[in-house]
Amino acid sequence: MPAAIHVRDLRKSYGGVEAVRGISFEVAAGEVFGLLGPNGAGKTTTVEILEGYRPRDGGTVEVLGFDPGHAERAFRERIGVVLQQSELWPNLTVREVHLAFAGYYERARDVDEVIAIVGLTEKAHARVKTLSGGQKRRLDLGVALVGDPDLVFLDEPTTGFDPGARRNAWEMIRALRALGKTILLTTHYLDEAQQLADRVAVIRAGEIVSVGTPAQLIAGVPLTQIRYRNNGETVVIDTETPTAVLAELTTGAVSAGVELEGLEVRRPTLEDVYLDLVGGARDTELEA
Amino acid sequence: MIRVLGHQLAVEQKVFWRNRESAVFIFIFPIMLFVLLASVYGGTTTIDGITRPTKYALLAGLLSYGAANTAFAGLAITLVIRRESGLLKRLRSTPLPAPAYLAAVVASLLVVFVLQTVSLFVIGRVAFGTRLPHNVASLVLLVLIGVAGFGGLGFGVTSLIRSAEGSSAVVNVILLPMAFLSGSFGPARHLPKVLGWIADVLPLRYFVQLANAVYLNGQHVWSKPGAIAVVLGWGAGGLAVAARRFRWEPRDR
Repeated sequence: MPAAIHVRDLRKSYGGVEAVRGISFEVAAGEVFGLLGPNGAGKTTTVEILEGYRPRDGGTVEVLGFDPGHAERAFRERIGVVLQQSELWPNLTVREVHLAFAGYYERARDVDEVIAIVGLTEKAHARVKTLSGGQKRRLDLGVALVGDPDLVFLDEPTTGFDPGARRNAWEMIRALRALGKTILLTTHYLDEAQQLADRVAVIRAGEIVSVGTPAQLIAGVPLTQIRYRNNGETVVIDTETPTAVLAELTTGAVSAGVELEGLEVRRPTLEDVYLDLVGGARDTELEA
Repeated sequence: MIRVLGHQLAVEQKVFWRNRESAVFIFIFPIMLFVLLASVYGGTTTIDGITRPTKYALLAGLLSYGAANTAFAGLAITLVIRRESGLLKRLRSTPLPAPAYLAAVVASLLVVFVLQTVSLFVIGRVAFGTRLPHNVASLVLLVLIGVAGFGGLGFGVTSLIRSAEGSSAVVNVILLPMAFLSGSFGPARHLPKVLGWIADVLPLRYFVQLANAVYLNGQHVWSKPGAIAVVLGWGAGGLAVAARRFRWEPRDR
């Protein structure tokens, strides 16, 4: 099966600042792919190039067999987009907004079916301005599905949600995947990437520092962390051989007759791995 | 293209009439001003050497103000709000062609302006005894010229306004003084020299002249080609600015 998205050496600068510095990745049809990274890492720039919003400076990009740089109508028939921020007509009802968007596509889905998928059936006749934040994001998603796209872009779908709303959104995104859609999702929440994505690319300062399944991401960084305080300053040692390091440390301390203050040995959590990756302490290549 | 344009026009109409602010500010406001002014100012006015009841002149003036209020102010405010809310950007990723979308927005405001014009004549007739226009072909052309000229200006100013919050203020700072100087709210005579010069280049002044020619004097609109050229010229200028500066995306936050 051909890749739904194929990106090679993608580059983009804004006024001399390189936002995207030679990114390459592939997304298979039917896959949920996560771009994970802190704000300003280049996630949105990358996605907006793939959506056809902005031109690239270099590299090759193919999305569903199209070059999004030309963003022709046939391409837009087949993608669904959920932007980070967009407000739809506040005085139309949920159903009316879906009908409006349905009119733009050659082969639109049944709007009531779409409204049911995103769980807004009870709100179908409510005006957009009366919806809660979470319901508005559902509406954004519903509207993105109305054209029955093959590929859905979700740019930070749960930013600003409370935990309950996030869980609901995750359920919905899993339901999309069950429909066979390819999904490209950006997020700066590690647990979100872990929960939803088949594969994750960690992006930092415009470069991909790691690609793999969430499990590979943790397995790829087996370092153990040893911490203690020395004259009030925390010392952190990352090591693959904690036993040896610890023996050396403690032997030294014992013979010097001092106590290692606040000594701690811990396995990295996924959170640590991520912070480590995006913090730039180390670049790790994982085999996908 | 035609089908999707019709679809979007229907959407735009629904959005317009559902929104109380736009319905009141764009549709009702000029009609309300006409009713107020025509109630307050009786007597006669001399325009183009002919003396007639002031309310006739007010009707032509408020019709002209309505053209600018709908096609210039209404268009600019609508597009700025939609741009800054991300709606324009969102629509760009759908198969809806940009020209079809913009055409539908303008066509929707044309519908509003036509209804407003008809309402002005009907209310004028019923409440103030003004006569109906007898030159319908010229009236139709007048309406189209107004929407083309002021709509072009609206596109131009859209690209110069930065925030949704400021759009209504910016637009009215331009529109209201222009309407006074151009004689929309009653003939503007004995203007100080400098204001006179300013008024002489404003598109609304020439549109008022066209409205007077068609409604008051029963002339054909094309009997004043110079005035038509000024109105459409301003529209073309606005479009030229828009061609270089129009944005679909909100400002970076």
